[in-house]
Amino acid sequence: MFGGLAVASKYSKDLLLTMYRKMYLMRRFEERAGQQYGLGKIAGFCHLYIGQEAVAAGVEEAIRPDDYMLSGYRDHAQPLARGSDAGMVMAELFGRTGGYSKGKGGSMHIFDIEHHFYGGYGIVGAQIGLAAGMAFASRYRNEDRITVCYFGDAAANQGIFHETLNMAAKWKLPVLYICENNRYGMGTAIARVAAVPEIHKRGEAFGIRHEAVDGMDVLKMYEAVKDAAAYIRAGNGPVLMEANTYRFRGHSMADPATYRTKQEVEDERKNDPIPRLKEYALKHKLAKEEEFGAIEEEVKLQVDAAVKFADESPEPDLSELWKDTIVEEGEEDVRPRERVLGQKVTKWPKYPSGQELKVTWDLEPREQAEKADKAAGLKR
Amino acid sequence: MAELMYREALNQALAEEMERDANVFLIGEEVGRYQGAFKVSQGLLDKFGSARIIDAPISELGFTGLGVGAAMVGLRPVVEMMTWNFAILAMDQIVNNAAKLRHMSGGQLRCPIVFRGPGGAGGRLSSQHSQALEANYAHFPGLKVIAPATPADAKGLLKSAIRDENPVIMIEGERLYALKGEVPEGEHIVPIGKADVKREGKDVSIITWSRMYYFVEEAAKQLEAEGISVEILDLRTLRPLDEEAILATVRKTNRAVVVEEGWPLAGIGAQVVDIIQSKAFDDLDAPVVRVTGLDVNMSYATNLENAIQPDAPRIIAAVKKVLYREGA
Ligand SMILES: Cc1ncc(C[n+]2csc(CCOP(=O)(O)OP(=O)(O)O)c2C)c(N)n1
Ligand SMILES: [Mg+2]
Repeated sequence: MFGGLAVASKYSKDLLLTMYRKMYLMRRFEERAGQQYGLGKIAGFCHLYIGQEAVAAGVEEAIRPDDYMLSGYRDHAQPLARGSDAGMVMAELFGRTGGYSKGKGGSMHIFDIEHHFYGGYGIVGAQIGLAAGMAFASRYRNEDRITVCYFGDAAANQGIFHETLNMAAKWKLPVLYICENNRYGMGTAIARVAAVPEIHKRGEAFGIRHEAVDGMDVLKMYEAVKDAAAYIRAGNGPVLMEANTYRFRGHSMADPATYRTKQEVEDERKNDPIPRLKEYALKHKLAKEEEFGAIEEEVKLQVDAAVKFADESPEPDLSELWKDTIVEEGEEDVRPRERVLGQKVTKWPKYPSGQELKVTWDLEPREQAEKADKAAGLKR
Repeated sequence: MAELMYREALNQALAEEMERDANVFLIGEEVGRYQGAFKVSQGLLDKFGSARIIDAPISELGFTGLGVGAAMVGLRPVVEMMTWNFAILAMDQIVNNAAKLRHMSGGQLRCPIVFRGPGGAGGRLSSQHSQALEANYAHFPGLKVIAPATPADAKGLLKSAIRDENPVIMIEGERLYALKGEVPEGEHIVPIGKADVKREGKDVSIITWSRMYYFVEEAAKQLEAEGISVEILDLRTLRPLDEEAILATVRKTNRAVVVEEGWPLAGIGAQVVDIIQSKAFDDLDAPVVRVTGLDVNMSYATNLENAIQPDAPRIIAAVKKVLYREGA
């Protein structure tokens, strides 16, 4: 359809197809999750990521697999992008023992520590504070990893957003805050409740780098995050990135989304990031139609298998009630893939002991403090 | 053994644990250059530097969340609350994150963190600064709660808390910081979950913790002069409760009074009474009596403030009631 000469692209075929596969997996997974919800297999709150896939896919390819990540309750897709097992995520949604958290967490609390996905959190904005602590730990240990923290537009109105960005900026913590601005917090348009609805501008108040990105374009996300991650890794402190995106479905499965017009949703669907990437790749002759077809077929089978796995996984044993509340002496952490699939997990996080660790960081260098005191005529 | 103030005992525990384990750091308001609002962290900034003794902005929710996040990835934070009244702003991170991480992650994560600071009536500070809030935290599965009365227990319990693999709430006595007591040097550990018989007796058991212990001790001395022998059980840990010790003392004396600084409704004393009535009913010679803070907000005026808090006369009256002595 684009015919003629291919336009040169700076992206490799491999990268584009990987992103495509991930976005397509997120889409198919969420569609099936919605369907299974309708069948009563999934209950409670279930927030789908449909429409926002370019954000998670662009981010994942632009950071390192060992960078930390956390999110809110709209959290099925990011771990899938990180490499989590689709069947085990689905089993968690089903409340089955084969889930990442043995069915104890459910849709809003996906944790896959092996893939450095540190959870989905149900209290709007709470993960913003945790992310600063994880980034703090990286700085404290002199590691060069960064922490990526997702949150919504509405979460940016929480106190913890302001409290944490202040500290992250002051202490130059290596954290990338990604506000997924899908324009609504439940049924409330962000413009109705935010004095300045362009969330990234709030970075100005903390003197940190901030930017808005087209979150419906996976390549733009990829570029922006690649650059921001390098900046953060180099020790320049946090970045506040606003990914302008849109959710095609309601806030959760319980929401018919009557607060926005059909026309608005239709218009936004024209921006669907998945066909957009495909078109780009075809236009640049980086991949053929059949290759996309093959990926789509594989992903469909993968998601079918995930649903089957979840369906066949038993409910957690009642004895589980009394586990995982308090860590008993000598108790090890649970490695889900090992527990569920019997596969050896080798990449489990290991931290230096209190004797090995040398803290070289000075948050407020003493000479500097002493100099300031002296200049002010203070004696301490 | 050295004679130390409660605050010095805490300081010693912090310094020793930070020396032993570089993963331990302290964050809170005024903990660094100001040397601590109650001087618990005196001298620590000089010793450990500004990456480990961190002066936080007045953002209780924010720096508590930061602490929890750091604990999730292997550090061992000690988060100092200037007082527990202010920590109400941080409750979301403590209750919804720290207490639930192990559970929500299906056992993948742990959260070894200590939240500590003073609680209870401060003295002429009115209602916002004079609350005994331990019952709130003792309510939540996933947390441990400790409230030491003596300098030795303060040191030993703080060391245990820092080494614990779970979130621990440590409520220190705001009016106890200058109190002196013998404190064993070096490796002195008081296990979490173990109550302590602070005074042996045979006629009645008084169960209490933190600053109330001193009013109970005063009452016990006066009662002794009247020929009444009081056993004092200092709970020290409020979650998990030391059921065994509670039942043992009740089985010994057959009478119990529970004294707590906080309000009566849903107080920790209510749970203690329930343990006794459900597991030692046949050992009781009288109904258990509770002495609590009055069910009102704390006032500033001296006479009102004193009337609100339990004191020796009220404790003595309660003891006489369970002994069916006249005048009670
Ligand atoms: C502290 C808190 N308040 C309210 C809620 C209920 N709630 C859940 S999601 C949500 C909207 C959040 O919107 P946003 O941050 O934009 O994220 P999105 O759902 O759009 O991804 C609300 C109000 C909650 N979970 N936590
Ligand atoms: Mg939103």
